[in-house]
Amino acid sequence: MSLHIVVCAGIVPDPLQTLEPIAGPNGPALKNEMMLPAVLDPWAASALYEAATLVSKFPGSRLWLVSLGPKAKLQQVMMTIAQKVTFELVAVDSASNGFADASATASALASGIAAIPDLDRTKLLLFGGWESASRGAGVTLQTVGELLGITDQFAGVDQIDMREDGSFEVLERVEGGKHQASVCAGAPAVLGWATGNLPEPHNNPQIGMANMRTVMPALQRAKQAALTNDGQQYLSASLPSQQRQTRVVRDLAPDAIAQELVEWIRTQ
Amino acid sequence: MPTSATASSSKMLTLPTDQIRQLQWRFAERYDLQMLAQSARAVARSTVAQMVASGERNSHEWTPAKNEMLEAFDRAGITAAFMEPEEGGFISGPKNLALALAAFELAWVDGGAATASLAGFLALAPIHERGTPEQSRRYKALSAPAQPGETRKPWRGAFVLTEPIPYVGVDTGMLSGKVRIAGWPDGEEPWLQVEKRGRFITNIAFANFVTAAVTSDDPRIKGSCVMILEETDEGTFDHGTPTKKLVHQLSSTGDPIFNLKVPASRIVGGYTIEDGALVPKFSHGEVIEAVFRRTRVTVGLMTAAKLLSAVEPVIRYQRSRFRGAEGAKPGTVRYEQGIQQREDALHRLVDVWATGEAAASLGFATARLFDELDPIERQKTAIMAQRGIAGGRAELKALRDSEQRAVELLTMREGDPRKEEIVADPLVQFVLKDAEANVLCPATKLWNTGNGANMMREAVSLMGGYGITEDCPGFLASKWIDAQLEATYEGPEAVQRRQLTVTMTSDVFLAQFRVWTAEMRRVAATHPGTGACTLATGMRMWLWTLEHLQNASDALGSKLYHGQRQGVTFPLADALCWLLASRCQILDVLELEQRGAYDPSVADTVVDTVQFLSDLCHVHTARAAGEVSRICAELVFGYNEHPSWSNQACTSCCFSAVELDELEETMPGIAAMAVDVIEPNGSHPQKAGPCAGCAGASDFLQLQNKLCSCLSGSRLAKDRAAEAVSKVMIPEALDYPA
Repeated sequence: MSLHIVVCAGIVPDPLQTLEPIAGPNGPALKNEMMLPAVLDPWAASALYEAATLVSKFPGSRLWLVSLGPKAKLQQVMMTIAQKVTFELVAVDSASNGFADASATASALASGIAAIPDLDRTKLLLFGGWESASRGAGVTLQTVGELLGITDQFAGVDQIDMREDGSFEVLERVEGGKHQASVCAGAPAVLGWATGNLPEPHNNPQIGMANMRTVMPALQRAKQAALTNDGQQYLSASLPSQQRQTRVVRDLAPDAIAQELVEWIRTQ
Repeated sequence: MPTSATASSSKMLTLPTDQIRQLQWRFAERYDLQMLAQSARAVARSTVAQMVASGERNSHEWTPAKNEMLEAFDRAGITAAFMEPEEGGFISGPKNLALALAAFELAWVDGGAATASLAGFLALAPIHERGTPEQSRRYKALSAPAQPGETRKPWRGAFVLTEPIPYVGVDTGMLSGKVRIAGWPDGEEPWLQVEKRGRFITNIAFANFVTAAVTSDDPRIKGSCVMILEETDEGTFDHGTPTKKLVHQLSSTGDPIFNLKVPASRIVGGYTIEDGALVPKFSHGEVIEAVFRRTRVTVGLMTAAKLLSAVEPVIRYQRSRFRGAEGAKPGTVRYEQGIQQREDALHRLVDVWATGEAAASLGFATARLFDELDPIERQKTAIMAQRGIAGGRAELKALRDSEQRAVELLTMREGDPRKEEIVADPLVQFVLKDAEANVLCPATKLWNTGNGANMMREAVSLMGGYGITEDCPGFLASKWIDAQLEATYEGPEAVQRRQLTVTMTSDVFLAQFRVWTAEMRRVAATHPGTGACTLATGMRMWLWTLEHLQNASDALGSKLYHGQRQGVTFPLADALCWLLASRCQILDVLELEQRGAYDPSVADTVVDTVQFLSDLCHVHTARAAGEVSRICAELVFGYNEHPSWSNQACTSCCFSAVELDELEETMPGIAAMAVDVIEPNGSHPQKAGPCAGCAGASDFLQLQNKLCSCLSGSRLAKDRAAEAVSKVMIPEALDYPA
């Protein structure tokens, strides 16, 4: 059994940066976003690491990373990501950001995936983050799946166990800190990953050098995709306000602290 | 949450990005180097930073946590960066720039971590540079990190030169290690007994092998050599006690003791048998020269990294200094700008930043130069071998003709038909690069670390009391004191100055220097805002002073410029370093401007960044020119005796009051112009003596005068740079723990 896994992963500003929404000529944008260092979207990065592990277990499998974003930024991020796992990059050049329309983004991604030569859709597992760290619309991956005609979809995935007959069991996050276990008959399917269970792989520059043989040409031939907003309007954009409720209490006994915590949890 | 400062669209919006640096430092097309830099950064700003923040620097001993850092180097590819792909590495070709970038990223957080990474390379470097193919294969294979699936632990090495123990009468020029024949079975390889005590040896706590410099203690061994010693060799391999150093505590340093029996095949580079004696192919000096001239550059870049790493935490501290105080309400200038309301705070930070830029430019230019020199040097070695020329002196003699041709090339007029032929001569190319490297390498080590340490003190002072605490973001106090070690190890400042005094007077270098001076004038014509014209004048002044001092004597008739007169030669070497650093800084900005316009990742912002970096160049050239002017003036005039009232010659240079009265009748007004007048009662103006003349130095004074006016605009550039610093956007938090 072999798999063809496609991971959709965008790039987002480094979480340590100060983000300030501003009104741009084409709608809301982040101030100086082009100049902020970027990282691979953390949710999608989990999907990528899970995919690489899965591919390594099934000889003959292949892994594509489909990424939509400004080409220069993609190149910067690839210098790190390409050292972690082996993949083939499909780059789509676009001025994408957290305010891009999810439908337009999904359409560009689906077109990119559909154009991958040698991709066997009967073996296709479409991976990605169940939402993005830039805005968290949480609908892009599902839409890509719909556009590609894949109707078996899972969101908030933390684990996948492949079976010999090609079917697989998926653990999806549900309310109350629990997982829902589902069994799917087999590919094709869409899996929107939460964090998964794998740590971030260490950098391995030899993997990086091997990946770069395909990454750099992929970046050079990246097709431009104009994302239309299709009449969508943002009335306002703001960062979530920071909440901090602090009391300074001296000499409180551990039991009393624990009791207070329990009471607070009960009220939530 | 508001940003720390409101960026203006007309100024540099963010701190220079990776793409900007890649263009400036010429590795935008080298994705292997970009990946290495990213890997090293990840280790530095996670593993290393966490260690420093959690107090791992507080112990002299080698700890499991410190060992974890080495494993992180292995995993990130830093250990393998020294090796070729077939040896377990991933970068092909010369690696000077690669190692420089890795050390730069590590030193951005901690100099000791950078040293620990470098020390491993240093142990292998004698084998890499001069070892036999067998030695090279064996030790690189053993030192290569385990590949996925392998369980072996990589070997760690240490380079053991010598460090005289203070107060016991050991000369620094002498080797403390000895080697003698332990046994020489008929028809077999000799066995050698090696005795060596090392001091301040980096990486020694965990070293599995060392490359140790030793000298012969046996008439059957000629000269000195470098030996490879393994910890499983027969005898004593004592790692020694840790050095109680106050700096670079994330690198292991100790005083090992070796008394080992090893086969002669462990002599680095091999040996021959001549007249019944064992003759090493390379003396320890030849090996060390090949090694240090490369690794010293990297040390210089470590201090440059510290200076540039200080910029962001200082800006953040300055801006947020008053936040939380009752009088600083959000939206007020006091809240938004903090200490950056004050010009002095900004100007001093601009000085630190400009120094960091110049130091990085000088260091990376030198690292790139060695990358260019490496293959040419191999070509030269092959040509010499073909011609049957061996040994340092014979080579020097053989290269004399090439040196003349190199000077000829540098002074050749445009369109000269011989140019193409001379340029194509590999020996001429070697001589040109070698002369440049022989100056740039010690200049990088000397100026970056020495002046860098002084400027780190300035950076620390900009953080107030916070600067000298363990909590200081960016670990600035540690970086300050670490810089002092960087100025010391791998050849202290005096050694670098000594080398410069020899290499900077070579005909080839001086011809090159004249070309550079003209180059700066041309740059000034198109980029007046860089201070290139000021720099060119400073370069002219330095050259004039050198030529003057080479022919001048002091008041007692002693020659001024010679090897033992370090009061003359060393300051002149210092002055040269300022000029070289400024030149490299300007060239990097020109490169950025030229390439950035065509690079979509920076094209939108490059104009403002170039403007800011040009202003920093201007600030720095003014400082460099000032230093050169001060040093040269002291040297040109300082060795002349000041005229004295009691000197007999005084009567010939001073007017008497009576004499002036007589002259006044024929030349009305002369009395008002005379300064040094001796009254009839013998009294004279209250000063040291009659004013000194400028005989023989009027050209210098003209140059100095010109230099003063060349400084026009430099303070305006500083004001512009300061304004940009007050508005540049910075991240909300430092990207490594503190």
